Amino acid sequence: MDHSATTAANPAVTEAMLPYFSENFGNPSSLYSIGRQARRAIEEARQKVADLIGAKKEEIIFTGSGTESDNLAIKGIAYKNRKKGDHIITSSIEHHAVLHVCKYLESQGFKVTYLPVNKDGIVNPADVEKAITSQTILITIMHANNEIGTLQPLEDIGKIAREKNIPFHTDAVQTAGKLPLDVEALGVSLLSMSAHKMYGPKGVGALYLRKGIFIEPLFHGGGHERNLRSGTENVPGIVGFGKAAELAKQRFPEEAKLADLRDRLIKGVLEIKDSYLNGHPTKRLPNNANFRFSYIEGESMILNLDMKGVSASTGSACSSTSLEPSHVLMAIGLKPEEAHGSLRLTLGLGNTQDDVDYVVSVLPEIVNKLRMISPLGR
Amino acid sequence: MTDGYSEKVMEHFANPRNVGEIKDADGIGKVGNPVCGDVMWIYIKVKDDRLEDVKFKTFGCGAAIATSSMITEMAKGKTLEEALKISRGNVADALDGLPPIKMHCSNLAADGLHAAIKDYLEKSGKKMELPKIETAEEHG
Ligand code: FES
Repeated sequence: MDHSATTAANPAVTEAMLPYFSENFGNPSSLYSIGRQARRAIEEARQKVADLIGAKKEEIIFTGSGTESDNLAIKGIAYKNRKKGDHIITSSIEHHAVLHVCKYLESQGFKVTYLPVNKDGIVNPADVEKAITSQTILITIMHANNEIGTLQPLEDIGKIAREKNIPFHTDAVQTAGKLPLDVEALGVSLLSMSAHKMYGPKGVGALYLRKGIFIEPLFHGGGHERNLRSGTENVPGIVGFGKAAELAKQRFPEEAKLADLRDRLIKGVLEIKDSYLNGHPTKRLPNNANFRFSYIEGESMILNLDMKGVSASTGSACSSTSLEPSHVLMAIGLKPEEAHGSLRLTLGLGNTQDDVDYVVSVLPEIVNKLRMISPLGR
Repeated sequence: MTDGYSEKVMEHFANPRNVGEIKDADGIGKVGNPVCGDVMWIYIKVKDDRLEDVKFKTFGCGAAIATSSMITEMAKGKTLEEALKISRGNVADALDGLPPIKMHCSNLAADGLHAAIKDYLEKSGKKMELPKIETAEEHG
């Protein structure tokens, strides 16, 4: 149950992509008919991705990943508006693809406000409003957190951004293709997404850029993607993204049903003594559950789960390459030893009630075994 | 997930030996990991300068649990002098190596054992040449 990291490409997606690796392969910028076919395929995919989020086709820019979309959005706005101002507002629980870009921009002379979150991981829109200065050129707040699943009140923040006429970007990598999104309702002007989180291929992402919002490109060259992302298009990847987006839309009701499984999982797991839910009980991704267990460490939990055939992840310092606890768990106010005992389980469409019940049945044993070994909490 | 760990590490992790505390321990070594915040307690029972029993309790990752288990096995039955010679590297070697990022966990196990012996020497008023405790920095 570790479906948030990536999802395997749907066979229908792979099938749609295949022709573009070989016979239909042509440089979409060329004048020959084979090139025109590739061009048409890209534009169809663009329409499908636009339809997924209620955007217009012309508002979609294909990129190489969700990370690139975040970079393009944030640096693109920052560089374009340098003369207007130098202040960016974000949150302390963003994905590294946003946080590290903001840190980089700080090194380039920009100023960044990292808003705190409450214990459920939610940004207070009033804090956004208070943070705005005459120098603010961008607000960037993620839609759903990848670790604790918390959904942010984007509509409320979007309203504020609109009133103040400040571009509003959201990293929707976790929600695009999972939840019905409407860029109008959310009030966002830029939105990042990634194909491989919605059963599409790796190596392709997209940025929604509202008409009338201008950014500076990161790549200069042949002028592809309306001059905003030069570089020959990844035709099979883009076609696969289009197919994945089309299929994702049909799956929304199924995705929403995952919330029932999630709640069953949460209820079952919380029966364990000294266990807690991280993140908001209901304002969270339908497929995300994140727990913490006192006195034990997460990596040893996921190793034990792995031995039982269940994959999971943790925000424990021990399992991060930096040996530091997750910044998200720190931001919701946990102590490092509490973050140590965190466990994330994310459901995929293939999961059943039996899978959930299985996890609920094996987890108590694992927790007990590790607590027996632990010197804490006696 | 288990990619980085040797079979031996996984075996000790899955079936850790000598878990628990010794009620009337002669020495207890309580060490904490400055790197990631883990905790390891090693208990020893000494008879005629020999480690008659060694037990552990650990709050930490898979490598920390496996190395604690391994060191209790290595130390049991050894004389104090021999046990003090078990180095940080020995524990990792006995487990067929550890991923580089996990070396600090095996350091903790050796330090815990040495601390338990030191505690025993202090309590019993015995004198013995203690090996210089390496610092985490020296071994990265
Ligand atoms: S105890 Fe934390 S990484 Fe091993």
